[in-house]
Amino acid sequence: MFKIEPIKQERKAQKRKTNVAAFLGIPYYVILSVLIVIPVILIVFYSVTEKVNNLYYRFTFDYFVMFFKEPIFLKTLWNSIFLAIITTFVTLAVGYPLAYVIARRTPKVQALLILLVTAPMWINMLIRVLAWKQIFDMIDTNLLGTDLAIVVGMVYVYLPFMVLPIYTVISKIDPLLYEASADLGANNVKTFLKVTLPLSVGGILSGVTMVLLPAATTIVIPKILGNGKYLIGSLIEDRFLKAGNWGYGSAIAIILSLIIMLMVFITKRADKNKEVEKFEDY
Amino acid sequence: MNKDIKKNDSNHLDNPEQTTLIKLINVTKAFGDQVVLKGIDLEIFENEFVTLLGPSGCGKTTTLRIIGGFEIPSGGKVLLNERDILEIPAHKRPFNTVFQRYALFPHLDVYENVAFGLRIKKDKTDKRSKAEKEAEIDQKVMKYLNMVGLVGFERRSVNKLSGGQQQRVAIARALINEPRVLLLDEPLAALDLKLRQEMQYELKEIQRNAGITFIYVTHDQEEALTMSDKIVVMNEGEIQQVGNPEDIYNEPINTFVAKFIGESNIIEGIMKDDYLVSWDDKDYECVDYGFKRNEIIDIVLRPEDLDIVERGKGLIDGVVDSVVFKGVHYEIDVVAKERIYTIHTTDYQPEGKEVSITFEKEDIHVMEKW
Repeated sequence: MFKIEPIKQERKAQKRKTNVAAFLGIPYYVILSVLIVIPVILIVFYSVTEKVNNLYYRFTFDYFVMFFKEPIFLKTLWNSIFLAIITTFVTLAVGYPLAYVIARRTPKVQALLILLVTAPMWINMLIRVLAWKQIFDMIDTNLLGTDLAIVVGMVYVYLPFMVLPIYTVISKIDPLLYEASADLGANNVKTFLKVTLPLSVGGILSGVTMVLLPAATTIVIPKILGNGKYLIGSLIEDRFLKAGNWGYGSAIAIILSLIIMLMVFITKRADKNKEVEKFEDY
Repeated sequence: MNKDIKKNDSNHLDNPEQTTLIKLINVTKAFGDQVVLKGIDLEIFENEFVTLLGPSGCGKTTTLRIIGGFEIPSGGKVLLNERDILEIPAHKRPFNTVFQRYALFPHLDVYENVAFGLRIKKDKTDKRSKAEKEAEIDQKVMKYLNMVGLVGFERRSVNKLSGGQQQRVAIARALINEPRVLLLDEPLAALDLKLRQEMQYELKEIQRNAGITFIYVTHDQEEALTMSDKIVVMNEGEIQQVGNPEDIYNEPINTFVAKFIGESNIIEGIMKDDYLVSWDDKDYECVDYGFKRNEIIDIVLRPEDLDIVERGKGLIDGVVDSVVFKGVHYEIDVVAKERIYTIHTTDYQPEGKEVSITFEKEDIHVMEKW
């Protein structure tokens, strides 16, 4: 459900390919409807209906109203988004220089470094986060449950999602452009600001989207590193699993995704430069 | 090779008004084990159109990149006005480059690509207002867009331009910094023939009008002959010959230059005496001298210098073997007793006709064996 953005991109790509091989799209449409469209419809359905009896459902906005009437829930929502934004900034601050450095090595070294960046992803996330719990325990037990611990965990888990798209974009920049820039009188700093950075905006936006979305809805990390600190993901989980109130859970999930959609929309607006978008074709 | 270079340099010493701008002294370059330049000595004068000509892999682009500061030579010196510039990084050298693949900035439109160099050059002592500076930039950008005929394309994305237009943007972008030297790396290679010829003319015009030294890299000998004041023929990391187009064409110093510069009949012969050359057991008068007596040499006969005449009225007898229409002329192969001669002529000759070939003594170009 929080995959709205990737779907949009895939759809665009799909449109282009349709002319060439319309039939190749069939498996995609099947997956699209079974795994994405139908569940979303169901969630929307649950969120705006109330079960009266086994046969009869009643249309209602009560769940949405309920949510906005509960200050603790609103605070939870705010906390989640706040931590997600902090996480995104930190991963960007760490990930961009990393991607930049990797992209400018020789191809062999690049492959090795990218392997290292993605290597942690081969191990189950739960185990990695539990490992972090032990690390925090060793340093200072009081760290667990703080925002710092949660942010550190999320940065660790989501860093590859920031590094990979930025690396892809930077490594695709024609090295001749750096020479052209130097040729026209730009030193390394100016070349970075005037050539590399504008040409990597697309990668930054993809990275931001790919980190922001899961970070805002994560359940496992705050549960383990936050000492059960209540964030929006857990809130939704509990509505479904503990309270058995699917309608309420669905409504919160929809509110959250609308907020994320808005954030993604704002980030995309930051990318005013159409040429960059066109250049970024992964 | 040094002997040859000196011989050719003397051509230029005759001309006292030319001042040396760039000097390469024994420049070498190796990438790992691979030696790309084996000691380049070259003098480039002010306002000169110099072409580095040679097949791919001859080191011409590397030479250009060393001058531009994109490549550090393994040995030797590069002087600009007698000053060693090897320590100066590319962005501080008063040179600009038109790259082979243009290297336009895809995130900027035509106007901003051209303005790039001006925007980089921020002078902190310049106290004028932003609007004034912007007006100056605008005036200059429009001047150069006008020069390359791209007014009206300012806000066009560079990705939506044709090859020729992109090439013009690249030229305007490189010229706007008013460089001492413009380096051009096969700038016309990607264009079609017609456009290439137009651009050759325009580049030559720009060079004359702007009074800038052009160092031009190409593998196209026609391009080199059309545009250059001085051609530097290179092969396998060495300079073969330096000279003006006429010298290079008419007096190639060795078979490589002769073959590379145009189609030729290259014949091994013997220099029997000064002004007397012999091949295929026949003696011919010529205008060359200064070779050892009976030295084995190569002779170049340019196809357009040969004429086909009636049997018996020429110097060598033969039979027309093939006739190919080339547009302006026919390319005719005539089989003589010892070898085949290629002739370019505007007169048609039927295949199988018995003819003779004739030429003047100054059409015989004698070269040292290489």
